[in-house]
Amino acid sequence: MGKQWIALLALTAAACSGGAAGTGTTEDLEGQTVEVVGPWTGDEQKSFEQVLKVFTDKTGAEVKYTPAGDELPTVVQTRISGGTPPNVALIAQPGLVAQFAGAGALKPVNADVEKAVTDHNAAVWKQLGSVGGKLYGFTFKTANKSAFWYSEKAFQQVGATPPATWDDLISTSRAISETGLAAVSVGGADGWTLTDWFENVYLRTAGPDNYDKLAKHEIPWTDPTVRKALEELAKLWGDPTLIAGGALQTEFPKSVTNVFGEPSTAAMVFEADFVASIITTNTKAKVGEDAKFFPFPSVAGSKDAVVAGGDMAVQFKDDKATTELMKFLASPESGKVWAGLGGFLSPNKDIPETAYPDAVTRELAKRIVDAGDNVRFDMSDLAPAAFGGTKGAGEWKDLQDFLADPKNVDGIMQRLEANAAKAYGK
Amino acid sequence: MRLRVNVDAAPGRSPRQAIPFLLPALVLLAALVLYPLVFSLIRSFFDARGDEFVGLRNYVDTFTDPRTLTAFRNNVIWVVVAPAAVTGIGLILAVLTERIRWATAFRLVLFMPMAISLFASGIIFRLVYDEAPNQGVVNAVVVGVHDMFSPASRYPGARPRDGYAATEAGFASIRPSRAGDTISLPLIGYPPQDVPPQALGASPPTAGTGELRGVLWLDVSVGGKAGAVDPTERGLPGVAVEAVRDGQVVARTTTGDDGRFTFPDLGAGDVTVRLPAENFTLPFRGLTWLGASLITPVIISSWIWIMTGFAITFIAAGLSAIPRDALEAARVDGATEWQVFRRVTIPLLSPVLLVVFVTLVINVLKIFELVFVIAPGSVQSEANVLALQMWQVSFGTGGDQGAGSALAVILFLLVAPAMLFNIRRFRRERS
Repeated sequence: MGKQWIALLALTAAACSGGAAGTGTTEDLEGQTVEVVGPWTGDEQKSFEQVLKVFTDKTGAEVKYTPAGDELPTVVQTRISGGTPPNVALIAQPGLVAQFAGAGALKPVNADVEKAVTDHNAAVWKQLGSVGGKLYGFTFKTANKSAFWYSEKAFQQVGATPPATWDDLISTSRAISETGLAAVSVGGADGWTLTDWFENVYLRTAGPDNYDKLAKHEIPWTDPTVRKALEELAKLWGDPTLIAGGALQTEFPKSVTNVFGEPSTAAMVFEADFVASIITTNTKAKVGEDAKFFPFPSVAGSKDAVVAGGDMAVQFKDDKATTELMKFLASPESGKVWAGLGGFLSPNKDIPETAYPDAVTRELAKRIVDAGDNVRFDMSDLAPAAFGGTKGAGEWKDLQDFLADPKNVDGIMQRLEANAAKAYGK
Repeated sequence: MRLRVNVDAAPGRSPRQAIPFLLPALVLLAALVLYPLVFSLIRSFFDARGDEFVGLRNYVDTFTDPRTLTAFRNNVIWVVVAPAAVTGIGLILAVLTERIRWATAFRLVLFMPMAISLFASGIIFRLVYDEAPNQGVVNAVVVGVHDMFSPASRYPGARPRDGYAATEAGFASIRPSRAGDTISLPLIGYPPQDVPPQALGASPPTAGTGELRGVLWLDVSVGGKAGAVDPTERGLPGVAVEAVRDGQVVARTTTGDDGRFTFPDLGAGDVTVRLPAENFTLPFRGLTWLGASLITPVIISSWIWIMTGFAITFIAAGLSAIPRDALEAARVDGATEWQVFRRVTIPLLSPVLLVVFVTLVINVLKIFELVFVIAPGSVQSEANVLALQMWQVSFGTGGDQGAGSALAVILFLLVAPAMLFNIRRFRRERS
């Protein structure tokens, strides 16, 4: 409760001083309605509606939120085809934003919004929302996909501390496997977890510039940098004593309960901040006590880097109420509301750390902000869906085959390149 | 208002009168069946965005895509195996249940799976075939039976830290030893909390003349030194140790509660110390049912479970319509029960069997939910079928509804002959 009070106080303060920052103007938008389509359902929907309520209280404009879940691309696409797009949508695929912008369905953001985006975020985020030199949107909610979650109990058993480098991770893993526990549980039945593994290693071994090039397929998947990343991965994946058995039949939620449930079969699981909510709902472990996280370790002396995902706010109309809402979502004010409710990270560097409800979330958010321009968006979400987002095909399938046979680096690189060439060529 | 009753000379023969009655049905049919059908056909000649005519390119792409080819292959397996199996099992069960007292109750139970949605059944079978024996009932049974005949080892997964080579027979030491030596044998890969309670703290033995002595312990502790016996580390009792000379086991012993072992009289010459594999065999975990090689048979088996009730119901109805006197006549003429079944029942039932079979073929060609739910993502491409491929291509992220429509048209063409066959049959029966 106390946390919410702080958030509220901070919010009031922001509202009072808001005029200068160009965020808190109390426009009278009484009687106007704005429709927002977003992916959030359940608890997340409730939290987002709290955010929208603050906007309504401030401006008088009515906001209608339509949750679309995983089918959001289809829903938005259909609405556009039908000539009734929503005012604002929150889209998780930058590729889709670019597609809508190219088709002329999106409106570029207003100068005030652009200023807010520039002021509150690292440059890399602005770049992400720009298509053809125009800014169309900004990331409102983000996911930190560079976290290893570990069981405190398993680490204590060998006296291990969170490893800072990839080699440390491997030696810690070896020590853990000596206790008869597998070191890492990999959710290999889902292909997207494996692409996140690869992206984190690649961003560290090849650097952000190569990452950008590979994401655009300007360098082929047979490039030596890809080989290096796969070989690093194979150091871990190739040792059967380190990886929990049946990885290819393990769905992502199962890989989390393998570590934190009873009986546990592994000590660590790698994935984004949302692992915390799976731990809370499916196991008895307490996040922050039994379940902790350490950032994805540095590989071969690499700098701090974060692979992130996120939902980008874009507008399909440019009436006054829509613009005001975009301004509101781009300001730290809106993020602070949700941050206080939990389950939320923002790239917005002007959301104070204290707005986040607990130490784990604070640390996850800080990592994204601190990494600055070394943050990169999930590569598989930037790739054409046929390559980076289809079950049983493209990158997902190729990396699953790699997990099954980590020695076959050359074969996998060739298959990745063949599939990428086909998908990007279209 | 009074209804004007217009009595026709030949009721129902006037098209003028029929039209108003048929119109609602016609409009509905045109809007809900004909329009989508024609639209899909047209759509299949356009690209992903739907504004460029590409001719037959979608069809060419479809037939050259390895994923579609796997889907085709799987569909063929399904059509060949599944409907025949269900019709056969249905026939046998229908004939058998006809003779028992509680036939209706029995059939009701067998029909029950039909009442569950395919999606829910899929989730059930996903769990039934789960690899972990504590979740998947099939593997639980397999493991239970297996362990009855060959019990689990004492220290599954444990292994020597180094200096030992894994061979077929077990871990063999790389360096030879001889009488008078002492050996320290650190093991890893086993949870310290699972060490048996009678285990005592380990300590290296003193050398004894004429004897080969050693200690075998679990070299895992916080802050412990690798390869050295640390204060909290305990011996592993009951591990078999062998001394091998020239490929022959010359002595065999087991470790005590403090992990020590002794070979009293080895004679002269070098021996190799070996830890037999049966100490450490990993527990049998059953089969990977949901892996790439077994996935299609597994999904077919669940479909059989669901659809058998359907076959029984139809065949049982057909059975009750068979004239009893035909069966009686055959029996009076001295036919055995098998002959009656083979020569009288089946021929009389064949129209029903055919309808059931063809209906199942149509059903199988459209199979979607079971594959979607049961196959884990990593093997979905191995388990793929045409309907699933169509859905993935058209509505998966970045969907290409042109190529999807082409698949839909192909699927329609495959189902059409079976449909026509059924329609023609119904018509013939009516006339």
